[in-house]
Amino acid sequence: MEWDWEFVREIMPMLLDGLRITLLATLLGSILAGAAGLGFALLRRSKSRPVARITGFVVEFIRGTPLLVQLYFLFYVLPELGLLLSPLTAGVVGLGLHYATYASEVFRAGIDNTPRGQWEAAKACNLTPYQTWRHIILPQAIPPMIPALANYFVAMFKETPLLSAITVIELMSEARGVANSNYRYLEPMTMVGVLFLCISLIAVPALHLLERRFRPTR
Amino acid sequence: MTDAIIDIDRVTKRYGSHTVLQDLCFSVRPGEKLALIGPSGSGKTTILRTLMTLETIEGGTIRIDGESLFQMERNGRQVPADEAHLHRMRTKIGMVFQLFNLFPHKCVLDNVTLAPMLTKGVRKADAERRAMELLDLVGLADKARAMPAQLSGGQKQRVAIARALALQPRIMLFDEVTSALDPELVEEVLNVMRMLGSTTDMTMLLVTHEMSFAHDFADRVLFFDRGRIVEEGPPEILFTNPTHERTQAFLKKIIAAGQRI
Repeated sequence: MEWDWEFVREIMPMLLDGLRITLLATLLGSILAGAAGLGFALLRRSKSRPVARITGFVVEFIRGTPLLVQLYFLFYVLPELGLLLSPLTAGVVGLGLHYATYASEVFRAGIDNTPRGQWEAAKACNLTPYQTWRHIILPQAIPPMIPALANYFVAMFKETPLLSAITVIELMSEARGVANSNYRYLEPMTMVGVLFLCISLIAVPALHLLERRFRPTR
Repeated sequence: MTDAIIDIDRVTKRYGSHTVLQDLCFSVRPGEKLALIGPSGSGKTTILRTLMTLETIEGGTIRIDGESLFQMERNGRQVPADEAHLHRMRTKIGMVFQLFNLFPHKCVLDNVTLAPMLTKGVRKADAERRAMELLDLVGLADKARAMPAQLSGGQKQRVAIARALALQPRIMLFDEVTSALDPELVEEVLNVMRMLGSTTDMTMLLVTHEMSFAHDFADRVLFFDRGRIVEEGPPEILFTNPTHERTQAFLKKIIAAGQRI
């Protein structure tokens, strides 16, 4: 089997289309994971015991089951219950919620690391609970967690091929498509690997930069 | 005493089975400077923390300006205070902490302007002008743009005092504000407090181990032991001629440790 540059040139536009979807799913998934992760972390700290416990249960449930099963559930089971999601929406929700459970642990640790004196000073300044979170706690808690969060987002990026199982035409399923119709796997699969590697290689120094930028000062 | 700004009436505070304050009663006149002294664990700091609503109480009543701190009236009945009531009561009280508790992610100026802007809706320009006056008062106008991490302990504590003053409280609570400082930095903070004591009519409560400062500064000194007031009186009497043996023993120990009174 010989490497065929002409074939690579031919399939590249399709692969790049797929890569676009992969990156889009990662970006939207990361945003959802960050927002829902923070939501989970805050709900788990709720003064209402039932709210905290139910959230804890949901988080453990999502984390304890495979992402692939969750994707199938979102895309194939929910429509039977009357909720029809597009493949990409189901994929983003699946990725986002799955990684939100990991992100929530990062948020929880970051929030717990904020010294008690900060809460007390906020109270002595007569800030409301919302103002305390918004202006005092989160601005201190979030920067140190950014490297850990970014790590999860890179991991999420590498899990996006799972979305091909629910018919999202991302990089992997584009590659499989052209491979199947041309009976050539060498170039498409190699290029998938190369493209993932390229993005990851860009992400690694970016991560280091983030780690340096947000290294705790205290 | 009806004209008291703070009235503490049979207050009891427990942590689990450990009783920190036991049926505590005392009141404070408006403008009075009160020093709370006594061995560690005697409940002095707990009183300040309770007044700041950082702790709740298990029994008794605290009244600020004649109004109950932890109770409010609803439909003619006394019910536990809600967040809005506590918020309103806190506007009368400011607190300075032993460990400063400055907001490390905000510069000195923002530390001072944050609360007035958020809680009183003061405009940024006005808040900053007022903050600069206060920083000038504590001798730190040139540090307005510095971050807390760049300041010495004494400077941090002076910023913390300015931050508390920015909300114009009628009552200021000073909780061992010099205990965490290197000895050579203690005096600059005490000087600020002396100046506040002599130029304002704020009611000030301080928990301190600086006996000579308490002696010069306070109108009245309360000596605490095991959650109760053992002895109280004007400093010139309590420090030089204490009647209770536990006060005598405590002061003897303080003098033996090298402090001047």
